[in-house]
Amino acid sequence: MRRIEAVNDFVIKFANVNGTGSASANHMFAKSIFRMGIPVSPRNIFPSNIQGLPTWYEVRVSQKGYLGRRGGVDILLCVNPQSMADDIQSVEPGGYFIYDSSKPLDQRLRRNDVEFIGIPFTQMCLREYDDARQRLLFKNMIYVGALAALLNIDFAVLKDLVGDQFRGKEKLITPNVHAMELGYQYATENFDCPLSIRVEHASEIGEHISYTKHILMDGNTAAGLGAIYGGATVAGWYPITPSTSVIEAFERYARRLRIDPGTGQNNFAIVQAEDELAAMGICIGAAWNGARSFTATSGPGLSLMSEFLGLAYFAEVPVVLVNVQRAGPSTGMPTRTQQPDILAAAYASHGDTKHVLLFPSTPKECFDMTAQSFDLADRLQTPIILMSDLDLGMNDHMSPPLEWDDEREFDRGKVLSAEDLDNMDERFGRYLDTDEDGIPYRTYPGTHPEKGAFFTRGSSRDVYATYTEDGEAYVHNMERLLQKFETAKEYVPAPKIKLAGKKTSVGALFFGTTASPCYEAIEMLADEGSAIDTIRIRAFPFNAEVEQFIADHDTVFVIEQNRDGQLRRLLINECELPPNKLISILHYDGLPITARSIAMSMRDSLTTNKVTPIRRKTAKKVKS
Amino acid sequence: MSYSKPKFRHPDLPKNELGLSKTDYEGAISTLCAGCGHDSISAAILNACFEMSIEPHRVAKLSGIGCSSKSPAYFLGKSHGFNSVHGRMPSVATGANLANRDLIYIGISGDGDTASIGVGQFMHVVRRNLDMLYMVENNGCYGLTKGQDSATSDLGSATKKGRPNMYEPIDLVALALRLGATFVARSFSGDKKQLEPLIKAAITHKGFALIDVISPCVTFNNTATSTKGYEYIRSHADNMEVDFVPMREEICTSYKAGTTQQVCMHDGSSVHLHKTAADFDIHDRQAAMEAVYDHKKEGRILTGLLYMAHDSEDLHKVLDTVPKPLNALREDELCPGSRFLNSINEGLR
Repeated sequence: MRRIEAVNDFVIKFANVNGTGSASANHMFAKSIFRMGIPVSPRNIFPSNIQGLPTWYEVRVSQKGYLGRRGGVDILLCVNPQSMADDIQSVEPGGYFIYDSSKPLDQRLRRNDVEFIGIPFTQMCLREYDDARQRLLFKNMIYVGALAALLNIDFAVLKDLVGDQFRGKEKLITPNVHAMELGYQYATENFDCPLSIRVEHASEIGEHISYTKHILMDGNTAAGLGAIYGGATVAGWYPITPSTSVIEAFERYARRLRIDPGTGQNNFAIVQAEDELAAMGICIGAAWNGARSFTATSGPGLSLMSEFLGLAYFAEVPVVLVNVQRAGPSTGMPTRTQQPDILAAAYASHGDTKHVLLFPSTPKECFDMTAQSFDLADRLQTPIILMSDLDLGMNDHMSPPLEWDDEREFDRGKVLSAEDLDNMDERFGRYLDTDEDGIPYRTYPGTHPEKGAFFTRGSSRDVYATYTEDGEAYVHNMERLLQKFETAKEYVPAPKIKLAGKKTSVGALFFGTTASPCYEAIEMLADEGSAIDTIRIRAFPFNAEVEQFIADHDTVFVIEQNRDGQLRRLLINECELPPNKLISILHYDGLPITARSIAMSMRDSLTTNKVTPIRRKTAKKVKS
Repeated sequence: MSYSKPKFRHPDLPKNELGLSKTDYEGAISTLCAGCGHDSISAAILNACFEMSIEPHRVAKLSGIGCSSKSPAYFLGKSHGFNSVHGRMPSVATGANLANRDLIYIGISGDGDTASIGVGQFMHVVRRNLDMLYMVENNGCYGLTKGQDSATSDLGSATKKGRPNMYEPIDLVALALRLGATFVARSFSGDKKQLEPLIKAAITHKGFALIDVISPCVTFNNTATSTKGYEYIRSHADNMEVDFVPMREEICTSYKAGTTQQVCMHDGSSVHLHKTAADFDIHDRQAAMEAVYDHKKEGRILTGLLYMAHDSEDLHKVLDTVPKPLNALREDELCPGSRFLNSINEGLR
């Protein structure tokens, strides 16, 4: 058998039972590699369940800094017999299968192109610990210790991490380190360590790119922190996976950073509402009254918020929504990732509505764009929807450090003060397009005793906010809203274009978490001689650069994680372009898209000139 | 009905302490049907605000959808208003109040808006004890869609359509009492002597104040067979007389003649209850619930102030927010800057 030889470049997957504390041990494993200066991207693949079902944790280790999913598994560590048969099948030829040998392995499952490493984790725990809970938790630490020996992880780094993890609960440090040592010792005594797949300190193998300044952070925490920096004071919300941790992070940071030094009281208000409708209502009420407000939700919540989003669009109330997408439709797969809400968000609510969308691709962008959303919402007086997803939101991603420019100031948009109103000669008209950019001036309630009051409504009104059913006034207002959407193109983040370096008629267009594996796939194809230019979309409405990029190429792959090619449809809807130029590459099985599958799809298309949507077909046909 | 307001006003109109006359509290002309109970309620709010010398711009008016929810346009034209979506005013009011605790929030809703589509939001805004006056203009039917029964319509009551209502009604007062509301009153749009002091007391109350106002729909639900018509209410209501005595006129010490109960408000003003139709303690939630049920059993409607909590703590108190309105916090109070970001980065390595 030819073993895979790899240093700092492999995929390891853990097969666990959920509710057994494995995720934190697995995270410690990933972070130890990160602290050795090696880029990692861990992904928790978990069920919508509290305890007892299979759960996986996949860690990509890539010295080159590829952070998307690669595809394939080189090492599988299995402590869950429920999923063992499939897990064994998933290992790449030449890879390793590490399993709990407390019970003998079913010999029918054995493969002769994979190295099997049996470690009696359960027996070791039974011998070492009396308490059932300790047996459960320390089993995780034992296998982390064993992996340290097998993969050449610096044990001192792991010990430091245990210290960090249990800061404040110091008496837990020694037993956890001891459990790791048990595993480490067993592996050293029984196997040739390290394996052919292993890690080395980045500095020791002469790596030039340093990741020591980088951070490991999930997108939801970054978005919650972005809301702190963006000046959000009011959050209304309703718990829903995978968005819950956005608000939890906001609250955690607010309790640290938003306590008024004079009174010890809160410079923020968070209300867990009765449902997503109320969550959005709270945000709209607060924003109408001059506070920066936001909420976070996922697919079903977006559906429920749609009516209110229409109100905010039409009544021109700034509000920020972080939509952490998951697999739909309906309840779909609540703990699996997708990018399936593009159309539902872009056109949320009945009537002619359009919303500004932002597409973050990294935790740093989650932070930056959430903070920026509040400026955009105030400037444009309309909802801003941040389109994150479960993969970005709930998994740790390696990211450059967060930055903040202290010179930067909030842009509160066109708001008239009492003084402004006093200095005005003309009558205040809430919906007058004074600057001809489609954005009118607003006032906060309570500003002036005599001037500037108006009636906000979801019904049609004239420029002075008075109810009207006059067709001309209605059309005038709707056209102005369209004009405002044009203006938005100047303010939203521009796309990121990377040219292949030589002339090519092929382009690739993508957004969000699809970007990282796309860049990797493009490099794979470049090595094979196919040059492809790329554009990463960062916002809707699409600005001129997007249309120009498509015009400049004969073929543009549109790569996204949903069934219907929703971004492609949005492009066709909103831009003047021939649809047959845009070739969809789609992936939507609930796991993040992989670089290998993207490369394969593009390769197929470029060699056969297929123009139908390319979907990754994993489903087996069911015979009745 | 009239379609424009008179431009000429008497020069010697009475002025309040702010030097404002009632015209300063008017809104746009009502487009509701002539004789609509809702217009009387608008007038009562206008009078209450005028007499309490509330600066109009310090009031924010909020509503949902329906005839009732149109009415905030017809009073306090110098106040900001927000006519939101059907049944969702409570959440919008919650956000608005959180953003600026210094304004007075008046929410106007109807029985469809509150008891049907918005019953969930209503229940939760009660639980949050949001500092606001929540008025239900309750006519037992849907007006704008032409007279369908609403969820507050009594069993067997018939609108102009003729078919008796088939379902049990939701009693919003009973519901609010049950959910822990801190100020609960019921009144009648045709009884401004009672309604105006109730509005004043409700505005003064620190926390959620419900006034369920029976407000006959002259067009669809003022028939002899309706239990929400003028005639029925006038002959079946047991009215508790209510006086509101502002703080500056009297410190909460002595009873007025004929008063059976006196209720002190947090700011030192007081409410005097006369000839109480039911003899119960206004601070006793259980007694209030029983009185409402007992009257209903007798086919009577008990109106007046039914319950007020001694120790109401509004949402800001619960959330421990700063005294300064959140919408007035400056950037340097909100944004921690790059210094903290460096320490956060450090913790993520």
